[in-house]
Amino acid sequence: MTQHLIILPVVLPLLTGLLLLTSRVGGTRLKRLAGVGSTLALVIVAALLLARAAGGEVAYYALGDWQPPFGIVMVLDRLSALLVLVTAVLALGCVIFACAGDDEKGSNFHGLFQLQLMGINGAFLTGDLFNLFVFFEVLLLASYALLLHGGGKARIQAAVHYVVLNLAGSALFLIAVGTLYGATGTLNMADMAVRLAELPEERAGLVTAGALMLLVVFGLKAAVLPLYFWLPRAYAAAPAPVAALFAIMTKVGIYAILRVYSLVFGEQAGPLADLDQPWIWWLSLATLAVATLGVLASRDLRLMVAYLVLVSVGTLLVGVGMGTVAATSALLYYLVHTTLVTGGLFLLAEMIGQQRGKAGTRIVKGKPLLQGGPLALCFLGGAIAVAGLPPLSGAIGKALLLDAATPAQQPWLWPLLLASGLGAMIALSRAGSTLFWRSHAGERVGEPLPREQWAGTGLLLAAAPLLVALAGPISDYTRAAAEQLAEPDAIVRALLSDAGETP
Amino acid sequence: MESLYAITTGVLSACGLYLTLRGRTFPVVVGLTLLSYAVNLFLFSMGGLTTHGAAIIDGPRDYADPLPQALVLTAIVIGFAMTAFAVILAMRARGDMGNDHVDGRKHEEGEETRR
Repeated sequence: MTQHLIILPVVLPLLTGLLLLTSRVGGTRLKRLAGVGSTLALVIVAALLLARAAGGEVAYYALGDWQPPFGIVMVLDRLSALLVLVTAVLALGCVIFACAGDDEKGSNFHGLFQLQLMGINGAFLTGDLFNLFVFFEVLLLASYALLLHGGGKARIQAAVHYVVLNLAGSALFLIAVGTLYGATGTLNMADMAVRLAELPEERAGLVTAGALMLLVVFGLKAAVLPLYFWLPRAYAAAPAPVAALFAIMTKVGIYAILRVYSLVFGEQAGPLADLDQPWIWWLSLATLAVATLGVLASRDLRLMVAYLVLVSVGTLLVGVGMGTVAATSALLYYLVHTTLVTGGLFLLAEMIGQQRGKAGTRIVKGKPLLQGGPLALCFLGGAIAVAGLPPLSGAIGKALLLDAATPAQQPWLWPLLLASGLGAMIALSRAGSTLFWRSHAGERVGEPLPREQWAGTGLLLAAAPLLVALAGPISDYTRAAAEQLAEPDAIVRALLSDAGETP
Repeated sequence: MESLYAITTGVLSACGLYLTLRGRTFPVVVGLTLLSYAVNLFLFSMGGLTTHGAAIIDGPRDYADPLPQALVLTAIVIGFAMTAFAVILAMRARGDMGNDHVDGRKHEEGEETRR
C-alpha cells in the first residue's frame, strides 16, 4: 500500500472530481462533503508523503511498472513533498470557504476544484517533461472554468486574455519539449540530465534554444516581468476561493524553473549549466520593483492582493536567481508563508467586500461594519505577515533571503526588497485605515458572515504565527530540501540505477 | 522532404502568430488553431523523419520513432479541447460584451469605459 502513496495525490482528486462531475443527483450537502472530505484526505496523504521524504530518500513510482527512463514516473523528494502539502492545506482553506455559498453560484465548482488539484499535484510530482506539460494543461483547463465560475463581464474579459495567453504558452511549451527531445532523445528529466553531460557539441545550440523557450513558458506561468500582465486582472476578477487557490499557480511556474534548471541543467551539463541564472536575477528584481508600484497604485483591495502575489513572485525568483543553497532554502520557507498568507488575504478581502455591500472591496469610505473588529484584526495580522514585519512569518522569510545574498548581490537586493516591504506596508495601512476607520457616521451595516468563511480564512491566516512558532523545524527541512536540490546526482542515481540498461 | 516539411511548419506558425496578435476574437481563435497545427507537425518531426518505417524496433534500422507519434496524439487531443473551449469563450464574450474585441470594447469608446 505504502508504495502506491506517491500516486495518490493525483488519483484521489481525479476520482473525486469524476464522481462529482458525473453525479448530477447528489445535493449540495453531499457535494460539499465529498469536496471537503477528499481535500482533507489529501492533506493527510501529503503529510505522510512529507514524513517519508523528510528522511532524504528519493522515491519514485513507475506507472504500470514500466521502469525509467522509458516509463512514466512520479518522483517524490523533499521539494515536491513540501509543495504538495502546501497545496493541500491551501486547498482545504479554500474549499471550506467555498462551502459558505460561493460553490452554488455556478455549476460543478467542487468537481473542477478537485481536477485543478490533480493538475497541480501532478505537476509537482512528475519526473518527465512531457507529463509536466500534460499536468499543466489539466490545471489550466480546470482553472479556465473556475475563473469563469459565477459569470459576469469582468470575469469573461479577464478569462479571454488568460486563456489566449496560456494557449500560446502551451504551444511554446510543446515546441520547447520537442526541441529538447530531438536534441537529447529522452523526455525523462533525470535521463536528460545524464545525456546532456555527453552532448555532442553541435547540438548545444539546439538545447540552449529549447531551454530558454522553456524559461519563457515557466516565466509566463510564474508571471515574471514582461509576462505578468494577465495576472492582476484575472486574480482580481476570479471568485475568492478560486483566486486563493490560484496563489499556488504562480508557484507551479517557480517550482518548474527550480526543478528543471537544477536537475537537467545542473553542474553536469558543462557549458549549458545554469543558463537561466542571469535572466532570472535581473527580471525578478524588475518584477519586484514594478509589482511594488502596482501595490501602491491599487484602488481595490483584491487588485492590491493580486499585486502582492506578484511581489511574492519577484521575491521568490530573486532567490532562484541567487542560486546558492542558502537562498533556495530561504525561498522555500518564504514560498510556504506567501502562498498561505496571500491565499488567506484573498478570502479576507472577499469577506470584507461582502460585509460592506455596495462599496465592495474598493478602497473608499463606507459605512461602519457589523463585524469590523474581528475583520480588522485579521486584516492587521495578514498585512503584517505579507509586508514582512516582525513578529510574523514574512519577516523571517525575508531575513533569511537577505542573509543569503552574497556581497555582490546585496547592493541590488537589499534596497529593493526592503523598499517593496515598505511599499506594501504603506499601501496596506492606507487601505486598512480607509476600510475600517474612515467610515461615515451611522448604523453598522452588513449581515453576519457565515462560519465557513471565518474557518477557511482563519485556517490560512493562522499559518503566519504557526510558521514562526515552528520556524526551526521548517527551516531545517527547507535547508535539507535545498541541499537535496543542489545534488541532482542523488535523483539520477535513484531513478536510473535499476533501469534495464545503463543510459 | 525535410525542407518542405520545415517550410510548411514555418508558414503555419507564422500565420498563426500573426492572427493571434489581431484585435478581434475570431482571428485570434483561428490563429491559435493554426499555431497548434504547426506545433503538432513540429512534434511529429522531432524524432527525425522516416518513411516506410514501422513504429516498432524491428532490427537495427528502418523504424520510425514511436514516441513522437504518441506525444502528438496527446497534443492533438489537448489542442482540440482547448480550441473548443476558446470558441465557446469567444462566443460568450461576444454575447456579454456586445462586441468581439479581445479587450471587450471598441477603441473609440475606450475613454468612457476605462476605469
